[in-house]
Amino acid sequence: MDFMVFQYPMISVQACLDGVLLGILFALIAYGMALQWGVMNIINIAQGDLVILGGYIAYFMYLYGIHPAWGVIVSPVVMYFVGIAIYKLVINKVVDRDLFISILATFGISILFMQLMNFAFGADVVLANSDYGTTMLFNNNVVLPNSKIFSAFISILFAVCLVIYMKKSKLGRAIRATAQNARAAKILGVDTEKVYAATFGINAALCGVAGALISITFTIHPYMGLPYTIRSFMIVIVAGLGNLPGVAMSGMGLGVFEEFADYILGTEFRIGSVFLLLVLILVYRRFKLSRKREYLK
Amino acid sequence: MSISKNNLILYIGILTFGIAAPFLFPAFKVQLSILCVLIVLATTWNIQGGEMGYNSFGNILFYGLGMYLCASVQVGMFFPLAEWTESGGEKTFVHTPTQFFQGMAFGLLVAAFVPAIVAGLIGYSILGLRGHYFAICTLGLGVAAGEISGGIEIIGAGQGFTTPPFPDVGSLDSRGEFFYFLSFFVLVLTFITVRGIYSTRFKLILNAIRDNEDKAEAMGIETMKYKIVGWMISAFFCGLAGGIMGGLVGYIDSTDVAFDGREMGVFMVLMAILGGKGTLWGPIIGATVFHIFKEGFWTFFLGWQYVALGVLIVVIVIYFPEGIMGWLREKYPERFGEVVDEKDRKAQVELK
Repeated sequence: MDFMVFQYPMISVQACLDGVLLGILFALIAYGMALQWGVMNIINIAQGDLVILGGYIAYFMYLYGIHPAWGVIVSPVVMYFVGIAIYKLVINKVVDRDLFISILATFGISILFMQLMNFAFGADVVLANSDYGTTMLFNNNVVLPNSKIFSAFISILFAVCLVIYMKKSKLGRAIRATAQNARAAKILGVDTEKVYAATFGINAALCGVAGALISITFTIHPYMGLPYTIRSFMIVIVAGLGNLPGVAMSGMGLGVFEEFADYILGTEFRIGSVFLLLVLILVYRRFKLSRKREYLK
Repeated sequence: MSISKNNLILYIGILTFGIAAPFLFPAFKVQLSILCVLIVLATTWNIQGGEMGYNSFGNILFYGLGMYLCASVQVGMFFPLAEWTESGGEKTFVHTPTQFFQGMAFGLLVAAFVPAIVAGLIGYSILGLRGHYFAICTLGLGVAAGEISGGIEIIGAGQGFTTPPFPDVGSLDSRGEFFYFLSFFVLVLTFITVRGIYSTRFKLILNAIRDNEDKAEAMGIETMKYKIVGWMISAFFCGLAGGIMGGLVGYIDSTDVAFDGREMGVFMVLMAILGGKGTLWGPIIGATVFHIFKEGFWTFFLGWQYVALGVLIVVIVIYFPEGIMGWLREKYPERFGEVVDEKDRKAQVELK
């Protein structure tokens, strides 16, 4: 335990800013998860692995001398097709089935992806260097890498574009209709199969963007996927499905929590604290709901 | 519980085979012990996943807890634990045979009861979750336990924990035989307990919870009590299995051996599903088939094991969710004591 973070206010400011910038990224991934959870009622354990795969695409471009920031454009395009392929091969067979089947099937995909990435890219922790420099704030007491600001900006941009797309376009309306009632949408002529595929593709593309940004700002490693899945799951259950400001707020909250946990408990407990927080949130939710049920009695 | 004549012959046959196995196949003693542990894990997972409908990814928590507890007690009873883990592989302390067996016996007791108590304590909070929330919550518990135990210094943190080496008694084979009979004993104990449970009202209540928990509650069953007891039974045997596995492997690492959600944690679910959820024999058959497949073919994949595992999970879950027992049941319903109404069957075929 180390409470230095409370003795020096500047460290707190640093942690908060880092956390908010990180949280915006989490919110982007969580938005994808909320989308496909709401539309297809599937919890995708492989979400985090899609993120890491997107990160490796950007890293690969970096290795070949292209600036990794272009990964923000290339990665979602590639990931969209990866998502469609996963949907066609696996997900469409588990959409209407028991939720546990879908969890286990996506868990299998997650293990598969982890290992394939391990073979393809090696088990080293890598990052794509963007050379963006840093910004100093408050008399050089707070250091913010420009890449983090860039990634937060790009995430917000993508989220806003997607929201507008969902509101205005024909496919967006079809997706929202399917989320509300798949059967009724089918009766009214929506090809739900196509909508599902597109939803999963969009989700994968969002993961691709987030992954590319993560490879620029943080580090990626083949086995680092599961924490991202858990984070996005946590954000979605705290915010609720289809509550976009909620997703953004709880994403930032989670980011700040993680930064503080990092400072106070030490880096080795960072992932552990995320998973414990998940358990605590679920337990809290369970007691809250059970109280509601008692009222109904 | 009543045992029919046919079953009695079967049980005696299996028991004799189990006792004779290490002498018949002396080269496979370690594999056979691991098989026993796997069967125990799959069978106890089935109590929740199959009978109760609570698909837990978190039984690995009790397994890892049992593993750490057994080894810590075994060392801590006679030597300072911190110095033991600090010295790592180089042994400064040596257990005498008496100390080893005493420590092991006491350690296994602790490894069985503490996880059961832990399950009882967290059960009220966790088992109130339903469906996928329960699955994800238990997944989080397992991973959190692995991450946190990897940061605790006294049990070896990141560098791992070497369990006491087997003392020098008798011949060279005695280590393998000791662990085999220990795990076989635990397997028999598990089987008797589970079979006992399955022939009582308790199993019917678990099934009622699986089929419709709200209705079961409305019928006046205190579902929470039964869920917790079911989970405690699982935790008890998972802890025992973990304690044995720790001694067998000889080395405990937080995320690769003890709280290994990617291997053991998935294996137990997969084995139960492969054999058939919600049956007595399903997990046993599933674990045996899975272990033979794993050991027989793993070496051919040369590093592609996890890829194969991922594909296997997806294929089993999508195309084979009823498992081997479910398939047999579909094929020979008469064998399972189901009365088949020919008219009804024809009508169903026509409906399809």
